[in-house]
Amino acid sequence: MTEEEIKAEIILDHYRNPRNYGKLENATSAITEYNPICGDTVHMQILFEGNAVRDAKFIGRGCSISQASASMITEMIKGKTVDEVMAMKKDDFLSVVGFNLGPAREKCALLSFNAVEKLVKGYKK
Amino acid sequence: MINPERIKKDFPIFSNNPDLCYLDSAATTQKPRQVVDAIENYYYSCNSNVHRGIYKISEDATNRFESSRENISKFIGSRDPRQVVFTRNTTESLNLLAYTLGKSLHAGDEILLSTMEHHSNMIPWQFLREKGVIVKYADITPEGTLDLHDLTGKMTKKTKIVSLTHVSNVLGCINPVNEIAKIAHDNSSLFVVDGAQSVPHMPIDVERMNCDFLAFSGHKMLGPAGIGGLYGRFDLLDNLPPFMGGGEMILNVSLDGATWNETPLKFEAGTPNIEGAIGLSAAVDYLRKLGMDNVRNHEKELIGYTMKRASEVEDLIFYGPRNPEMHGGVFTFNIGDVPAFDLERDLSERSVSISSNGIHPHDTATIMDRDDIAIRSGHHCAMPLMTRLGVSATSRASFYVYNSKEDVDRFFAAINDVKVAFAK
Ligand SMILES: Cc1ncc(COP(=O)(O)O)c(C=O)c1O
Repeated sequence: MTEEEIKAEIILDHYRNPRNYGKLENATSAITEYNPICGDTVHMQILFEGNAVRDAKFIGRGCSISQASASMITEMIKGKTVDEVMAMKKDDFLSVVGFNLGPAREKCALLSFNAVEKLVKGYKK
Repeated sequence: MINPERIKKDFPIFSNNPDLCYLDSAATTQKPRQVVDAIENYYYSCNSNVHRGIYKISEDATNRFESSRENISKFIGSRDPRQVVFTRNTTESLNLLAYTLGKSLHAGDEILLSTMEHHSNMIPWQFLREKGVIVKYADITPEGTLDLHDLTGKMTKKTKIVSLTHVSNVLGCINPVNEIAKIAHDNSSLFVVDGAQSVPHMPIDVERMNCDFLAFSGHKMLGPAGIGGLYGRFDLLDNLPPFMGGGEMILNVSLDGATWNETPLKFEAGTPNIEGAIGLSAAVDYLRKLGMDNVRNHEKELIGYTMKRASEVEDLIFYGPRNPEMHGGVFTFNIGDVPAFDLERDLSERSVSISSNGIHPHDTATIMDRDDIAIRSGHHCAMPLMTRLGVSATSRASFYVYNSKEDVDRFFAAINDVKVAFAK
Protein backbone atom coordinates (compact mmCIF):
# COMPACT_ATOMS: atom_id res chain seq x y z
CA MET A 1 0.00 0.00 0.00
CA THR A 2 1.20 3.49 -0.81
CA GLU A 3 1.00 6.16 1.85
CA GLU A 4 -1.89 7.69 -0.06
CA GLU A 5 -3.82 4.44 -0.04
CA ILE A 6 -3.23 4.05 3.68
CA LYS A 7 -4.62 7.50 4.33
CA ALA A 8 -7.64 6.72 2.17
CA GLU A 9 -8.20 3.57 4.23
CA ILE A 10 -7.96 5.53 7.46
CA ILE A 11 -10.49 8.05 6.20
CA LEU A 12 -12.89 5.31 5.19
CA ASP A 13 -12.47 3.68 8.58
CA HIS A 14 -13.29 6.92 10.40
CA TYR A 15 -16.18 7.51 8.03
CA ARG A 16 -17.68 4.08 8.60
CA ASN A 17 -16.95 3.98 12.33
CA PRO A 18 -16.83 7.57 13.50
CA ARG A 19 -15.17 8.05 16.88
CA ASN A 20 -16.85 10.29 19.43
CA TYR A 21 -20.06 10.46 17.48
CA GLY A 22 -23.24 11.55 19.20
CA LYS A 23 -24.51 13.94 21.79
CA LEU A 24 -22.17 15.27 24.47
CA GLU A 25 -24.58 15.69 27.36
CA ASN A 26 -22.50 18.07 29.45
CA ALA A 27 -20.92 20.06 26.62
CA THR A 28 -19.84 23.55 27.57
CA SER A 29 -19.64 24.80 23.98
CA ALA A 30 -21.14 23.70 20.69
CA ILE A 31 -21.20 25.02 17.15
CA THR A 32 -22.61 23.93 13.81
CA GLU A 33 -20.41 24.49 10.77
CA TYR A 34 -21.94 24.24 7.34
CA ASN A 35 -20.49 24.21 3.86
CA PRO A 36 -23.12 25.72 1.58
CA ILE A 37 -21.44 24.34 -1.55
CA CYS A 38 -22.33 20.76 -0.76
CA GLY A 39 -24.35 20.83 2.42
CA ASP A 40 -21.65 19.18 4.53
CA THR A 41 -22.49 19.79 8.15
CA VAL A 42 -20.57 19.20 11.37
CA HIS A 43 -21.98 19.92 14.81
CA MET A 44 -19.01 19.99 17.22
CA GLN A 45 -19.44 19.84 20.99
CA ILE A 46 -16.68 20.32 23.53
CA LEU A 47 -16.52 19.99 27.29
CA PHE A 48 -13.92 22.44 28.59
CA GLU A 49 -12.54 22.07 32.09
CA GLY A 50 -10.05 24.63 33.29
CA ASN A 51 -7.44 24.87 30.61
CA ALA A 52 -8.22 21.50 29.06
CA VAL A 53 -10.47 19.89 26.50
CA ARG A 54 -11.98 17.23 28.71
CA ASP A 55 -14.26 15.71 26.06
CA ALA A 56 -15.38 16.26 22.49
CA LYS A 57 -18.10 14.75 20.35
CA PHE A 58 -19.68 15.56 17.03
CA ILE A 59 -22.58 14.71 14.84
CA GLY A 60 -22.84 15.57 11.21
CA ARG A 61 -23.70 14.67 7.73
CA GLY A 62 -21.70 14.94 4.58
CA CYS A 63 -19.00 13.39 2.49
CA SER A 64 -16.42 10.95 3.81
CA ILE A 65 -13.72 13.62 4.11
CA SER A 66 -15.86 16.01 6.14
CA GLN A 67 -17.13 13.35 8.53
CA ALA A 68 -13.88 11.41 8.87
CA SER A 69 -11.91 14.56 9.59
CA ALA A 70 -14.43 15.51 12.27
CA SER A 71 -13.95 12.10 13.83
CA MET A 72 -10.17 12.47 13.64
CA ILE A 73 -10.09 15.92 15.16
CA THR A 74 -12.12 14.86 18.19
CA GLU A 75 -9.51 12.18 18.85
CA MET A 76 -6.72 14.71 18.41
CA ILE A 77 -8.04 17.34 20.79
CA LYS A 78 -9.34 15.22 23.64
CA GLY A 79 -7.12 15.68 26.68
CA LYS A 80 -5.10 18.47 25.10
CA THR A 81 -4.77 21.87 26.73
CA VAL A 82 -6.61 24.77 25.16
CA ASP A 83 -3.27 26.30 24.19
CA GLU A 84 -2.15 23.12 22.49
CA VAL A 85 -5.34 23.03 20.47
CA MET A 86 -4.94 26.68 19.58
CA ALA A 87 -1.45 25.97 18.31
CA MET A 88 -2.73 23.39 15.82
CA LYS A 89 -2.09 24.51 12.25
CA LYS A 90 -4.45 24.08 9.32
CA ASP A 91 -1.77 22.60 7.12
CA ASP A 92 -0.71 20.10 9.76
CA PHE A 93 -4.29 18.97 10.13
CA LEU A 94 -4.70 18.66 6.37
CA SER A 95 -1.59 16.55 6.10
CA VAL A 96 -2.98 14.21 8.74
CA VAL A 97 -6.28 13.84 6.91
CA GLY A 98 -4.74 13.23 3.53
CA PHE A 99 -2.72 14.82 0.83
CA ASN A 100 -3.66 16.21 -2.56
CA LEU A 101 -7.20 16.72 -1.46
CA GLY A 102 -7.60 19.59 -3.90
CA PRO A 103 -9.13 22.94 -2.96
CA ALA A 104 -12.75 21.74 -3.06
CA ARG A 105 -12.17 18.78 -0.78
CA GLU A 106 -9.89 20.75 1.55
CA LYS A 107 -12.95 22.78 2.46
CA CYS A 108 -14.65 19.55 3.52
CA ALA A 109 -11.71 18.61 5.71
CA LEU A 110 -11.46 22.04 7.27
CA LEU A 111 -15.09 22.17 8.33
CA SER A 112 -14.38 20.48 11.66
CA PHE A 113 -11.05 22.28 12.05
CA ASN A 114 -12.86 25.61 11.77
CA ALA A 115 -15.50 24.46 14.23
CA VAL A 116 -12.87 23.53 16.82
CA GLU A 117 -10.93 26.73 16.23
CA LYS A 118 -14.03 28.85 16.80
CA LEU A 119 -15.00 26.96 19.95
CA VAL A 120 -11.54 27.23 21.44
CA LYS A 121 -11.22 30.92 20.63
CA GLY A 122 -14.65 31.54 22.08
CA TYR A 123 -13.68 29.72 25.26
CA LYS A 124 -10.40 31.60 25.60
CA LYS A 125 -12.19 34.94 25.59
CA MET B 1 -28.43 12.07 -36.90
CA ILE B 2 -25.77 13.12 -34.45
CA ASN B 3 -22.46 11.32 -34.67
CA PRO B 4 -20.66 12.06 -31.39
CA GLU B 5 -17.39 10.52 -32.53
CA ARG B 6 -17.22 12.82 -35.52
CA ILE B 7 -18.38 15.82 -33.50
CA LYS B 8 -15.68 15.18 -30.88
CA LYS B 9 -13.06 15.87 -33.55
CA ASP B 10 -14.22 19.49 -33.65
CA PHE B 11 -13.48 19.87 -29.94
CA PRO B 12 -9.73 19.99 -29.25
CA ILE B 13 -10.30 19.41 -25.54
CA PHE B 14 -10.99 15.78 -26.33
CA SER B 15 -7.76 15.22 -28.20
CA ASN B 16 -5.90 17.02 -25.40
CA ASN B 17 -7.63 14.83 -22.81
CA PRO B 18 -8.18 11.56 -24.67
CA ASP B 19 -9.68 9.77 -21.64
CA LEU B 20 -12.03 12.55 -20.64
CA CYS B 21 -15.67 11.61 -20.32
CA TYR B 22 -17.26 15.02 -19.96
CA LEU B 23 -20.69 14.83 -18.35
CA ASP B 24 -21.09 18.37 -17.07
CA SER B 25 -22.47 20.31 -20.01
CA ALA B 26 -25.38 21.64 -17.98
CA ALA B 27 -22.74 23.64 -16.09
CA THR B 28 -20.84 24.70 -19.17
CA THR B 29 -20.15 23.15 -22.56
CA GLN B 30 -16.94 22.51 -24.43
CA LYS B 31 -16.08 24.76 -27.37
CA PRO B 32 -15.61 23.66 -30.96
CA ARG B 33 -12.71 24.92 -33.05
CA GLN B 34 -15.18 26.87 -35.22
CA VAL B 35 -16.10 29.10 -32.28
CA VAL B 36 -12.51 29.70 -31.25
CA ASP B 37 -11.60 30.41 -34.88
CA ALA B 38 -14.36 33.01 -35.23
CA ILE B 39 -13.07 34.84 -32.17
CA GLU B 40 -9.47 34.63 -33.35
CA ASN B 41 -10.45 35.85 -36.77
CA TYR B 42 -12.16 38.88 -35.25
CA TYR B 43 -9.14 39.69 -33.07
CA TYR B 44 -6.70 39.39 -35.93
CA SER B 45 -8.69 41.08 -38.66
CA CYS B 46 -10.92 43.84 -37.29
CA ASN B 47 -10.59 44.15 -33.51
CA SER B 48 -11.90 47.60 -32.56
CA ASN B 49 -14.68 49.16 -30.56
CA VAL B 50 -18.16 49.04 -32.05
CA HIS B 51 -20.79 51.63 -32.92
CA ARG B 52 -18.60 54.72 -32.67
CA GLY B 53 -15.66 54.30 -34.99
CA ILE B 54 -15.59 56.11 -38.30
CA TYR B 55 -12.83 53.96 -39.71
CA LYS B 56 -13.10 50.73 -41.71
CA ILE B 57 -12.20 48.05 -39.20
CA SER B 58 -14.59 49.54 -36.67
CA GLU B 59 -17.37 49.39 -39.22
CA ASP B 60 -16.40 45.80 -39.90
CA ALA B 61 -16.49 45.01 -36.16
CA THR B 62 -19.87 46.72 -35.79
CA ASN B 63 -21.21 44.73 -38.73
CA ARG B 64 -20.01 41.44 -37.25
CA PHE B 65 -21.42 42.35 -33.85
CA GLU B 66 -24.82 43.33 -35.19
CA SER B 67 -25.08 40.43 -37.62
CA SER B 68 -24.31 38.15 -34.67
CA ARG B 69 -27.31 39.64 -32.94
CA GLU B 70 -29.41 38.97 -36.02
CA ASN B 71 -28.17 35.39 -36.28
CA ILE B 72 -28.89 34.66 -32.62
CA SER B 73 -32.28 36.33 -32.90
CA LYS B 74 -33.20 34.03 -35.81
CA PHE B 75 -31.92 31.00 -33.94
CA ILE B 76 -34.51 31.46 -31.20
CA GLY B 77 -37.28 32.31 -33.64
CA SER B 78 -37.35 36.05 -33.06
CA ARG B 79 -38.36 38.05 -36.13
CA ASP B 80 -36.60 41.23 -35.17
CA PRO B 81 -32.97 41.41 -33.98
CA ARG B 82 -33.85 44.42 -31.85
CA GLN B 83 -35.58 41.94 -29.57
CA VAL B 84 -32.23 40.48 -28.45
CA VAL B 85 -30.24 42.26 -25.76
CA PHE B 86 -26.68 41.10 -25.21
CA THR B 87 -25.89 40.41 -21.57
CA ARG B 88 -23.20 38.43 -19.76
CA ASN B 89 -25.37 35.39 -19.12
CA THR B 90 -28.78 34.16 -17.99
CA THR B 91 -28.16 35.57 -14.53
CA GLU B 92 -27.59 39.07 -15.85
CA SER B 93 -30.59 38.78 -18.18
CA LEU B 94 -32.85 37.90 -15.27
CA ASN B 95 -31.38 40.64 -13.09
CA LEU B 96 -31.99 43.13 -15.88
CA LEU B 97 -35.62 42.05 -16.02
CA ALA B 98 -36.21 42.03 -12.28
CA TYR B 99 -34.68 45.50 -12.02
CA THR B 100 -36.49 47.10 -14.94
CA LEU B 101 -39.85 45.35 -14.57
CA GLY B 102 -39.59 45.80 -10.81
CA LYS B 103 -39.61 49.58 -11.18
CA SER B 104 -43.30 49.58 -11.99
CA LEU B 105 -44.33 47.05 -9.35
CA HIS B 106 -46.00 48.07 -6.12
CA ALA B 107 -46.38 46.65 -2.65
CA GLY B 108 -48.75 43.70 -2.78
CA ASP B 109 -47.99 42.82 -6.40
CA GLU B 110 -47.08 39.19 -6.84
CA ILE B 111 -44.42 37.29 -8.75
CA LEU B 112 -44.90 33.59 -9.32
CA LEU B 113 -41.87 31.30 -9.60
CA SER B 114 -41.42 27.60 -8.82
CA THR B 115 -39.46 25.65 -6.22
CA MET B 116 -37.29 24.14 -8.97
CA GLU B 117 -35.79 27.46 -10.06
CA HIS B 118 -32.06 28.07 -10.24
CA HIS B 119 -30.96 30.72 -7.77
CA SER B 120 -30.57 33.13 -10.68
CA ASN B 121 -34.33 32.99 -11.26
CA MET B 122 -35.05 33.48 -7.58
CA ILE B 123 -32.70 35.97 -5.98
CA PRO B 124 -33.26 38.85 -8.44
CA TRP B 125 -37.02 38.61 -7.84
CA GLN B 126 -36.54 38.22 -4.09
CA PHE B 127 -34.74 41.59 -4.14
CA LEU B 128 -38.15 43.12 -4.94
CA ARG B 129 -39.55 41.98 -1.61
CA GLU B 130 -37.89 45.10 -0.23
CA LYS B 131 -40.65 47.15 -1.81
CA GLY B 132 -43.40 44.86 -0.61
CA VAL B 133 -43.64 42.63 -3.68
CA ILE B 134 -44.74 39.10 -2.80
CA VAL B 135 -42.84 36.15 -4.29
CA LYS B 136 -44.75 32.87 -4.54
CA TYR B 137 -43.55 29.44 -5.60
CA ALA B 138 -45.39 26.73 -7.51
CA ASP B 139 -44.55 23.28 -6.17
CA ILE B 140 -43.35 20.19 -7.99
CA THR B 141 -45.21 16.92 -8.40
CA PRO B 142 -43.99 13.64 -6.86
CA GLU B 143 -42.67 12.63 -10.32
CA GLY B 144 -40.46 15.69 -10.37
CA THR B 145 -42.34 17.89 -12.81
CA LEU B 146 -43.92 21.30 -12.43
CA ASP B 147 -47.25 21.08 -10.62
CA LEU B 148 -49.49 23.02 -13.02
CA HIS B 149 -52.44 22.69 -10.70
CA ASP B 150 -50.49 24.34 -7.92
CA LEU B 151 -49.24 26.97 -10.34
CA THR B 152 -52.70 28.03 -11.45
CA GLY B 153 -53.91 27.85 -7.86
CA LYS B 154 -51.27 30.35 -6.78
CA MET B 155 -52.06 32.78 -9.56
CA THR B 156 -54.14 35.77 -8.57
CA LYS B 157 -55.18 39.06 -10.11
CA LYS B 158 -52.10 40.50 -8.42
CA THR B 159 -49.73 38.16 -10.25
CA LYS B 160 -47.82 40.55 -12.48
CA ILE B 161 -45.02 38.21 -13.54
CA VAL B 162 -44.67 34.46 -13.95
CA SER B 163 -41.02 33.45 -14.32
CA LEU B 164 -40.13 29.80 -14.81
CA THR B 165 -37.35 27.66 -16.11
CA HIS B 166 -38.02 25.87 -19.40
CA VAL B 167 -35.87 22.87 -18.44
CA SER B 168 -34.81 22.25 -14.86
CA ASN B 169 -31.06 21.93 -14.39
CA VAL B 170 -31.72 19.34 -11.66
CA LEU B 171 -34.93 17.48 -12.46
CA GLY B 172 -34.36 17.65 -16.19
CA CYS B 173 -38.10 18.09 -16.68
CA ILE B 174 -39.23 20.04 -19.72
CA ASN B 175 -41.92 22.41 -18.57
CA PRO B 176 -44.94 22.99 -20.86
CA VAL B 177 -44.08 26.62 -21.56
CA ASN B 178 -46.55 27.05 -24.44
CA GLU B 179 -49.39 26.08 -22.17
CA ILE B 180 -48.10 28.21 -19.30
CA ALA B 181 -47.74 31.23 -21.60
CA LYS B 182 -51.45 30.98 -22.30
CA ILE B 183 -52.32 30.56 -18.62
CA ALA B 184 -50.16 33.56 -17.69
CA HIS B 185 -51.51 35.78 -20.45
CA ASP B 186 -55.12 34.86 -19.68
CA ASN B 187 -54.32 36.22 -16.24
CA SER B 188 -52.69 39.35 -17.75
CA SER B 189 -49.34 38.31 -16.27
CA LEU B 190 -46.04 38.65 -18.08
CA PHE B 191 -44.31 35.35 -18.79
CA VAL B 192 -40.55 35.11 -18.40
CA VAL B 193 -38.70 31.93 -19.40
CA ASP B 194 -35.29 30.88 -18.11
CA GLY B 195 -33.94 29.20 -21.22
CA ALA B 196 -30.46 28.42 -19.86
CA GLN B 197 -31.06 24.67 -20.21
CA SER B 198 -33.39 24.68 -23.21
CA VAL B 199 -31.99 27.06 -25.82
CA PRO B 200 -28.80 24.94 -26.11
CA HIS B 201 -30.65 21.64 -26.35
CA MET B 202 -33.86 21.88 -28.39
CA PRO B 203 -35.52 23.91 -31.13
CA ILE B 204 -36.77 27.19 -29.66
CA ASP B 205 -39.28 29.48 -31.28
CA VAL B 206 -40.12 32.41 -29.04
CA GLU B 207 -42.95 33.51 -31.29
CA ARG B 208 -44.64 30.13 -31.12
CA MET B 209 -43.88 29.74 -27.41
CA ASN B 210 -45.39 33.19 -26.98
CA CYS B 211 -43.24 34.05 -24.00
CA ASP B 212 -42.61 37.70 -23.24
CA PHE B 213 -38.97 37.27 -22.27
CA LEU B 214 -36.38 34.49 -22.58
CA ALA B 215 -32.96 34.42 -20.94
CA PHE B 216 -30.01 32.29 -22.05
CA SER B 217 -26.23 31.85 -21.69
CA GLY B 218 -23.67 31.48 -24.48
CA HIS B 219 -21.30 29.27 -22.50
CA LYS B 220 -23.94 26.56 -22.16
CA MET B 221 -24.38 26.33 -25.94
CA LEU B 222 -20.81 25.89 -27.24
CA GLY B 223 -20.15 29.64 -27.08
CA PRO B 224 -17.71 31.56 -24.91
CA ALA B 225 -18.38 32.57 -21.32
CA GLY B 226 -19.31 36.18 -20.63
CA ILE B 227 -21.93 36.48 -23.35
CA GLY B 228 -25.61 35.73 -23.05
CA GLY B 229 -28.88 37.07 -24.23
CA LEU B 230 -32.24 38.35 -23.25
CA TYR B 231 -35.04 38.08 -25.76
CA GLY B 232 -37.95 40.42 -25.15
CA ARG B 233 -41.02 41.26 -27.17
CA PHE B 234 -40.14 44.55 -28.81
CA ASP B 235 -42.97 46.69 -27.45
CA LEU B 236 -42.27 45.43 -23.94
CA LEU B 237 -38.51 45.99 -24.14
CA ASP B 238 -39.02 49.38 -25.69
CA ASN B 239 -41.17 50.50 -22.78
CA LEU B 240 -38.78 49.34 -20.07
CA PRO B 241 -36.47 51.79 -18.32
CA PRO B 242 -32.73 51.26 -18.81
CA PHE B 243 -30.72 48.93 -16.56
CA MET B 244 -27.11 50.08 -16.13
CA GLY B 245 -25.99 53.58 -17.02
CA GLY B 246 -22.93 54.61 -18.96
CA GLY B 247 -21.66 54.83 -22.48
CA GLU B 248 -23.39 53.19 -25.43
CA MET B 249 -26.83 53.23 -23.76
CA ILE B 250 -27.33 57.00 -24.15
CA LEU B 251 -28.36 59.27 -26.98
CA ASN B 252 -27.79 62.66 -25.46
CA VAL B 253 -26.20 63.62 -22.19
CA SER B 254 -26.20 66.94 -20.38
CA LEU B 255 -25.17 67.79 -16.86
CA ASP B 256 -28.79 67.44 -15.81
CA GLY B 257 -29.71 64.14 -17.38
CA ALA B 258 -29.80 62.08 -20.52
CA THR B 259 -31.96 60.46 -23.15
CA TRP B 260 -31.68 56.80 -23.91
CA ASN B 261 -30.38 55.08 -26.98
CA GLU B 262 -32.78 52.95 -28.99
CA THR B 263 -33.74 49.41 -27.96
CA PRO B 264 -31.81 47.16 -27.44
CA LEU B 265 -28.73 49.41 -27.12
CA LYS B 266 -30.27 51.26 -24.20
CA PHE B 267 -29.74 48.08 -22.17
CA GLU B 268 -26.14 47.61 -23.22
CA ALA B 269 -24.14 50.11 -21.20
CA GLY B 270 -20.41 50.18 -21.79
CA THR B 271 -18.32 48.43 -24.41
CA PRO B 272 -20.05 45.13 -25.07
CA ASN B 273 -18.49 41.69 -25.25
CA ILE B 274 -17.91 41.96 -29.00
CA GLU B 275 -15.81 38.82 -29.43
CA GLY B 276 -18.27 36.98 -27.20
CA ALA B 277 -21.19 37.87 -29.44
CA ILE B 278 -19.21 36.80 -32.51
CA GLY B 279 -18.23 33.54 -30.83
CA LEU B 280 -21.82 32.84 -29.80
CA SER B 281 -22.97 33.48 -33.34
CA ALA B 282 -20.45 30.90 -34.56
CA ALA B 283 -21.79 28.47 -31.95
CA VAL B 284 -25.29 29.07 -33.25
CA ASP B 285 -24.07 28.32 -36.79
CA TYR B 286 -22.53 25.11 -35.54
CA LEU B 287 -25.73 24.01 -33.77
CA ARG B 288 -27.92 24.99 -36.70
CA LYS B 289 -25.80 22.84 -38.97
CA LEU B 290 -26.33 19.86 -36.66
CA GLY B 291 -30.02 20.67 -36.51
CA MET B 292 -31.68 21.36 -33.19
CA ASP B 293 -34.20 18.56 -33.72
CA ASN B 294 -31.27 16.20 -34.04
CA VAL B 295 -29.63 17.61 -30.93
CA ARG B 296 -32.79 17.07 -28.93
CA ASN B 297 -33.33 13.57 -30.31
CA HIS B 298 -29.77 12.60 -29.54
CA GLU B 299 -30.11 13.72 -25.93
CA LYS B 300 -33.52 12.10 -25.64
CA GLU B 301 -31.95 8.84 -26.68
CA LEU B 302 -29.11 9.23 -24.17
CA ILE B 303 -31.36 10.13 -21.25
CA GLY B 304 -33.76 7.34 -22.15
CA TYR B 305 -30.90 4.84 -22.22
CA THR B 306 -29.50 6.27 -18.96
CA MET B 307 -32.80 6.00 -17.10
CA LYS B 308 -33.33 2.48 -18.39
CA ARG B 309 -29.94 1.39 -17.12
CA ALA B 310 -30.38 3.34 -13.89
CA SER B 311 -33.58 1.52 -13.03
CA GLU B 312 -31.57 -1.71 -13.01
CA VAL B 313 -29.03 -0.45 -10.46
CA GLU B 314 -29.74 -1.16 -6.83
CA ASP B 315 -29.87 1.86 -4.50
CA LEU B 316 -29.67 4.33 -7.38
CA ILE B 317 -32.17 7.10 -6.72
CA PHE B 318 -32.79 9.47 -9.60
CA TYR B 319 -34.98 12.48 -10.07
CA GLY B 320 -37.33 13.95 -12.64
CA PRO B 321 -39.86 12.45 -15.01
CA ARG B 322 -39.27 8.88 -16.20
CA ASN B 323 -40.62 9.62 -19.66
CA PRO B 324 -37.70 10.69 -21.91
CA GLU B 325 -40.13 12.82 -23.93
CA MET B 326 -40.43 15.09 -20.91
CA HIS B 327 -36.82 14.84 -19.80
CA GLY B 328 -33.85 16.86 -21.07
CA GLY B 329 -30.29 15.55 -21.08
CA VAL B 330 -29.83 16.00 -17.34
CA PHE B 331 -29.50 12.99 -15.02
CA THR B 332 -29.52 13.84 -11.32
CA PHE B 333 -29.03 11.01 -8.87
CA ASN B 334 -27.90 9.76 -5.50
CA ILE B 335 -26.53 6.41 -4.48
CA GLY B 336 -28.64 5.62 -1.46
CA ASP B 337 -30.43 8.21 0.60
CA VAL B 338 -28.52 11.43 1.33
CA PRO B 339 -30.87 13.25 3.67
CA ALA B 340 -30.43 16.81 4.83
CA PHE B 341 -28.91 17.43 8.25
CA ASP B 342 -31.39 18.14 11.00
CA LEU B 343 -29.70 19.08 14.28
CA GLU B 344 -32.64 18.35 16.58
CA ARG B 345 -33.50 15.03 15.00
CA ASP B 346 -29.92 13.90 14.47
CA LEU B 347 -28.96 14.70 18.07
CA SER B 348 -31.83 12.63 19.36
CA GLU B 349 -31.22 9.70 17.04
CA ARG B 350 -27.84 8.78 18.37
CA SER B 351 -27.90 5.30 17.00
CA VAL B 352 -27.93 6.56 13.42
CA SER B 353 -24.46 6.30 12.04
CA ILE B 354 -23.37 8.95 9.59
CA SER B 355 -22.41 6.45 6.97
CA SER B 356 -25.43 4.22 7.34
CA ASN B 357 -27.24 6.00 4.55
CA GLY B 358 -26.07 6.75 1.05
CA ILE B 359 -22.83 7.74 -0.53
CA HIS B 360 -22.32 11.47 -0.45
CA PRO B 361 -22.30 13.15 -3.90
CA HIS B 362 -18.85 14.60 -3.23
CA ASP B 363 -17.46 11.15 -2.73
CA THR B 364 -19.23 9.92 -5.84
CA ALA B 365 -17.74 12.73 -7.92
CA THR B 366 -14.25 12.16 -6.50
CA ILE B 367 -14.26 8.46 -7.34
CA MET B 368 -15.68 9.16 -10.79
CA ASP B 369 -12.92 11.68 -11.40
CA ARG B 370 -10.41 8.89 -10.86
CA ASP B 371 -12.01 7.23 -13.87
CA ASP B 372 -11.73 10.56 -15.79
CA ILE B 373 -15.45 11.11 -15.65
CA ALA B 374 -16.47 14.70 -14.98
CA ILE B 375 -19.79 15.03 -13.18
CA ARG B 376 -21.08 17.70 -10.82
CA SER B 377 -22.10 17.29 -7.22
CA GLY B 378 -23.67 19.67 -4.76
CA HIS B 379 -26.83 21.73 -4.75
CA HIS B 380 -26.60 22.88 -8.39
CA CYS B 381 -27.60 26.42 -7.40
CA ALA B 382 -31.02 25.15 -6.43
CA MET B 383 -30.94 24.94 -2.64
CA PRO B 384 -34.70 25.30 -2.18
CA LEU B 385 -35.17 22.36 -4.55
CA MET B 386 -32.67 20.25 -2.55
CA THR B 387 -34.71 21.06 0.56
CA ARG B 388 -37.92 20.19 -1.28
CA LEU B 389 -36.42 16.86 -2.35
CA GLY B 390 -35.26 16.23 1.21
CA VAL B 391 -31.60 15.78 0.26
CA SER B 392 -28.50 17.70 1.25
CA ALA B 393 -27.00 17.38 -2.22
CA THR B 394 -27.13 15.35 -5.41
CA SER B 395 -24.84 14.29 -8.23
CA ARG B 396 -25.56 15.17 -11.83
CA ALA B 397 -24.45 13.88 -15.20
CA SER B 398 -25.51 15.99 -18.17
CA PHE B 399 -25.20 15.40 -21.89
CA TYR B 400 -24.53 17.26 -25.08
CA VAL B 401 -23.79 16.65 -28.72
CA TYR B 402 -20.34 15.14 -28.12
CA ASN B 403 -21.60 12.51 -25.67
CA SER B 404 -22.24 8.96 -26.75
CA LYS B 405 -23.75 5.77 -25.38
CA GLU B 406 -20.20 4.68 -24.54
CA ASP B 407 -20.01 7.66 -22.17
CA VAL B 408 -23.16 6.40 -20.47
CA ASP B 409 -21.66 2.92 -20.23
CA ARG B 410 -18.49 4.33 -18.67
CA PHE B 411 -20.65 6.28 -16.26
CA PHE B 412 -22.41 3.15 -15.07
CA ALA B 413 -19.16 1.26 -14.75
CA ALA B 414 -17.95 4.10 -12.55
CA ILE B 415 -21.14 3.99 -10.47
CA ASN B 416 -20.16 0.45 -9.72
CA ASP B 417 -16.63 1.54 -8.77
CA VAL B 418 -18.10 4.09 -6.38
CA LYS B 419 -20.25 1.44 -4.75
CA VAL B 420 -17.27 -0.88 -4.39
CA ALA B 421 -15.09 1.88 -2.92
CA PHE B 422 -17.66 2.61 -0.26
CA ALA B 423 -18.88 -0.91 0.33
CA LYS B 424 -19.26 -1.69 3.98
C1 LIG C 1 -31.76 26.65 -15.26
C2 LIG C 1 -30.62 27.61 -15.12
N1 LIG C 1 -30.86 28.91 -14.99
C3 LIG C 1 -29.89 29.81 -14.89
C4 LIG C 1 -28.56 29.44 -14.89
C5 LIG C 1 -27.51 30.49 -14.73
O1 LIG C 1 -26.71 30.58 -15.83
P1 LIG C 1 -25.44 31.53 -15.82
O2 LIG C 1 -24.60 31.11 -14.67
O3 LIG C 1 -24.80 31.29 -17.14
O4 LIG C 1 -25.95 32.91 -15.67
C6 LIG C 1 -28.25 28.09 -15.02
C7 LIG C 1 -26.84 27.64 -15.02
O5 LIG C 1 -26.37 26.90 -14.23
C8 LIG C 1 -29.30 27.16 -15.14
O6 LIG C 1 -29.04 25.86 -15.26
